Amino acid sequence: MGHGGGGQMSGELIEHLFVPAFANPVLAGLTDSAVFELGGARLAFSTDSFVVRPLFFPGGSIGDLAVNGTVNDLAMSGAQAAYLSCGFILEEGVELSVVGRIAKDLGTAAERAGVIVATGDTKVVDAGHGDGVFVNTAGVGLVREGVDIRPQRAAPGDVVIVSGMIGVHGIAIMSVREGISFGTEVVSDCAPLNGLVAAMLDVTTDLHVLRDPTRGGVATSLNEIAKAAGTGIDLVERQLPIPETVANACSFLGLDPLYVANEGKLLAVVAPGDADAVLAAMRAHPLGQDAAIIGECVEDHPGLVVTRTAFGATRVVDTPIGEQLPRIC
Amino acid sequence: MTGVVQGVGFRPFVYALARELGLSGQVANTAAGVIAEVEGPAVAVAAFARRIAVDAPPLAVVESVQAEAVEPAGGTEFVILESAAGTGRTLVSPDVATCADCLAELADPADRRFRHPFVSCTNCGPRFTIITGLPYDRPATTMAAFPLCPDCRREYSDPADRRFHAQPIACPFCGPRLRLYQPGTEPRYGEEALAVAHLLLGSGGILAVKGLGGFHLVCDASDETAVASLRKRKDRGNKPFAVMAADLAAARSIAEIDDAEAELLAGHLRPIVLLRSRSSSGIAPSVAPGNPDLGIMVPYTPLHQLLFDQPGPCVLVMTSGNLSGEPIVTADDEAEVRLAALADAWLGHDRPIHVPCDDSVVRIVDRAELPVRRSRGYAPFPIDLPIPVRPTLAVGGDLKNTFCLGDGRYAWLSGHVGDMDNLATLRAFEKAEQHLELLTGVQPELLVTDKHPGYRSRQWALRHAAGRPVVSVQHHHAHLASVMAEHRHDGPVIGFAFDGTGYGDDGAVWGGEAMRATYDGFERLAHLRYVPLPGGDAGVRNPCRMALSHLRAAGLPWDPRLPSVAECTGAERDLLAAQLEREIACVPTSSMGRLFDAVSSLAGVCHRVGYEAQAAIELEGLAVADERGGYEFALQGEEIDPAPVLAAVVRDVLAGVDAGVVSARFHRAVAGLIVAEAERIRTADGLSTVALSGGVFVNKVLLSATCRALTEGGFTVLRPHRVPPTDAGLALGQLAVAARERKEGTACV
Ligand SMILES: [Fe+3]
Ligand SMILES: [Mg+2]
Ligand SMILES: [Zn+2]
Ligand SMILES: [Zn+2]
Repeated sequence: MGHGGGGQMSGELIEHLFVPAFANPVLAGLTDSAVFELGGARLAFSTDSFVVRPLFFPGGSIGDLAVNGTVNDLAMSGAQAAYLSCGFILEEGVELSVVGRIAKDLGTAAERAGVIVATGDTKVVDAGHGDGVFVNTAGVGLVREGVDIRPQRAAPGDVVIVSGMIGVHGIAIMSVREGISFGTEVVSDCAPLNGLVAAMLDVTTDLHVLRDPTRGGVATSLNEIAKAAGTGIDLVERQLPIPETVANACSFLGLDPLYVANEGKLLAVVAPGDADAVLAAMRAHPLGQDAAIIGECVEDHPGLVVTRTAFGATRVVDTPIGEQLPRIC
Repeated sequence: MTGVVQGVGFRPFVYALARELGLSGQVANTAAGVIAEVEGPAVAVAAFARRIAVDAPPLAVVESVQAEAVEPAGGTEFVILESAAGTGRTLVSPDVATCADCLAELADPADRRFRHPFVSCTNCGPRFTIITGLPYDRPATTMAAFPLCPDCRREYSDPADRRFHAQPIACPFCGPRLRLYQPGTEPRYGEEALAVAHLLLGSGGILAVKGLGGFHLVCDASDETAVASLRKRKDRGNKPFAVMAADLAAARSIAEIDDAEAELLAGHLRPIVLLRSRSSSGIAPSVAPGNPDLGIMVPYTPLHQLLFDQPGPCVLVMTSGNLSGEPIVTADDEAEVRLAALADAWLGHDRPIHVPCDDSVVRIVDRAELPVRRSRGYAPFPIDLPIPVRPTLAVGGDLKNTFCLGDGRYAWLSGHVGDMDNLATLRAFEKAEQHLELLTGVQPELLVTDKHPGYRSRQWALRHAAGRPVVSVQHHHAHLASVMAEHRHDGPVIGFAFDGTGYGDDGAVWGGEAMRATYDGFERLAHLRYVPLPGGDAGVRNPCRMALSHLRAAGLPWDPRLPSVAECTGAERDLLAAQLEREIACVPTSSMGRLFDAVSSLAGVCHRVGYEAQAAIELEGLAVADERGGYEFALQGEEIDPAPVLAAVVRDVLAGVDAGVVSARFHRAVAGLIVAEAERIRTADGLSTVALSGGVFVNKVLLSATCRALTEGGFTVLRPHRVPPTDAGLALGQLAVAARERKEGTACV
């Protein structure tokens, strides 16, 4: 099970089983979406499957996720999503009204993101062979001239920016799924990021890295960047934007907010000279109001992500492995 | 002669012995050890062979003496030959506390080393922490920058002198210099530096003092304001501080000390000894809040001695100079930066510390040593293994990390490294590992780790494998192998591995394990029944939640009259109930450490912990010595069910029974459980040797009661004696298991 958690185990699965089987230079980049030339156009292409439970949660549903997930994967290559495909796998016995609500959410989300659902497919599996509804989407979009966004481009000195509050989606999903409340309600912030990215690209086409820290959270995304680029990343603990509710829930459950899943958030790595302008553009956008600089890339400790505590100690933030397990003896 | 025979005055000793017996010949250091050739009357040669091991100098450890006849050379002199270059399996001595001769010189106004803060000789002083390479010679130490003056050179070259070939020696003319730095003032040197240091300590200041293996933060232990301020600056929670008493008498005034403890406290190793503090000790409450014991040491360097030789505090807090969770700071410039917010002034000097070495911590149980932290004075002295290993590095665990290098029959367990989630610690680990490789000549062909997939030590090993095989060993198997190895026992044993957390083969958190163990493998014969550990590390930090989890598992109501239940707010209880019900972020655990936490909270002793094992330590401290009652676990095949124990604890607590009595009855229950399980296994398997390991056995009350009962029951007991039973001893066990490692299995999704 841990292989699907988005942490180290899924990384191993991809690296050792899938990449060798499909060996080609486009896939080898292992980015959220593939960027290639086709008929003179620079395209980004991506696919994602959605197996989230519950199907509906405060602030969104699997329909929103299915659109935004793929739109955002494309946006992380600097591409503006144009067309989506959509495949449903339904478990026998699932109520039609549920499927209807999901389809409606999906349509609304596509409209909000400015993307057209151009093709689709539906399959039904026997009861017990699915979990209600699974959705797969794929999408294509155009990449602007001169844009080259890849994790490998992170370089020492670059500034790391997050577009908003960390951990909100994961805690919202958990509180609904498990029926527990952590005081005030946490609402997921599932959203399409193509508009925000467009606003950032208007400031500079030289964004180095973009990443949406979904499964595995900020920690996993930053580890992937650090390893791909061979740079170290230093985070400043007190600069991490974490809502109090999320902090409290994490503290109670023994979780680290850096590992909690996000939707509608992005991490950007930009040249130090561009940081202020990009940050300003983000804060001017509705989805980037809480954007904050959370750290920087460093030459020290290549491949490792660390956070600096208020007392000046540095804690290593590893890629999570499966579920978080206690280490205290 | 092989063993620790270099840098400990061995050749001068051989020289003196040969001269005394009227023998001619020579002695030399070689890669294989010390080789002496003597020539003379048969009786004298025989006496030489007999006395060489028996009368060896105090720091030498002679492992073997081989004698063979050689052709007479016909000489009349006895000479010491120059060291041959080249590295070999020469064993480096740990650092050693100042000897009596040096102390006498330090105090003698007529001596040229009167009040010299760096006085040392062949029998004492720094070794391990100043060695930069081998062979051990002055240029390969951090004393290389201090050329000997003519007087020191004469002593160094005279075989009859106590300082013959003593590498760290110096004097006020040619040696390092004390330096006191106080922000905003000019640095002060020598006597002036000492005077300012005294003044500061006497007036409630916090001083960073450079010791043998790193800086300490020091203040007057009787000054509550100073101690509380240090605690706050260090972000220390309520974890106890160690103290240094001026001498044994001063130590006796603050703690109860028996003969065995006194011997250890004031002997040549001088670790921190955990001692029962006296109620009227005059020690500030912030030194060790809520803790029945005090960690006490006495001066082990001349500089420490000089801190106490004027009227002023006779007990000083002396805690590692580091940021919370980071390794001890060793360099003067680094100390001034890293400890800027912690100290008011810095008392350092220009003799560099090449590798850090923390103070060792030891408990005396039944008149025998129980190491809690094995570092200064002990590391890097090797442990002899019962089975040979190929060149191997075992990286240990993640908290209180130590690592272990092994080759052949030797295992070198490192000193304390620290908690591996810290970048600075990770780096200290790398540096210490390279240094120990250099000193031992071991080039590991195999790496060994714990099985916990999230351990940073394991990640490090995987990152640094460079094609070498990496094998992993189950946590509790390694604990048991560790105590077996230190006793040179080859197994099989009946093993009890009781600790807080270890990654189990089924993905659960183990920690209350009875095993049949050999180095080749283990069989899990019984374990504490699984209960949910709510919120992983959050459950560990909140024993009251663990108590509620245990109550629920035992089918006992959350009675609001119980201290654990009363401790939790309504919201916390509701959340916890939902969490346990729906198993959110709950890991099943068989941990004995968590059961101690639960009982400590149920008895009203400790509900939230600020440092590791706090709840268990405070529970142990209260145990009433002469209590005869006890509780009983239910043994059902593989499962040890604590439910009857919890029911009895609840009954006692609700009946108003004193926490100290509850504690004593619980300790007796755990000891009784071990004996009952051991007897059951003996009947089934015929085994009669019992190994005890895991952090729970740092508990003196439990260890002592268990050993007594097992011995009375006719068992042979392997108890932790040279290596800590905690995760600080894990690496040795990993090494021993890896010596017998088979092929790893294949992975699956
Ligand atoms: Fe352990
Ligand atoms: Mg994708
Ligand atoms: Zn001496
Ligand atoms: Zn001198």
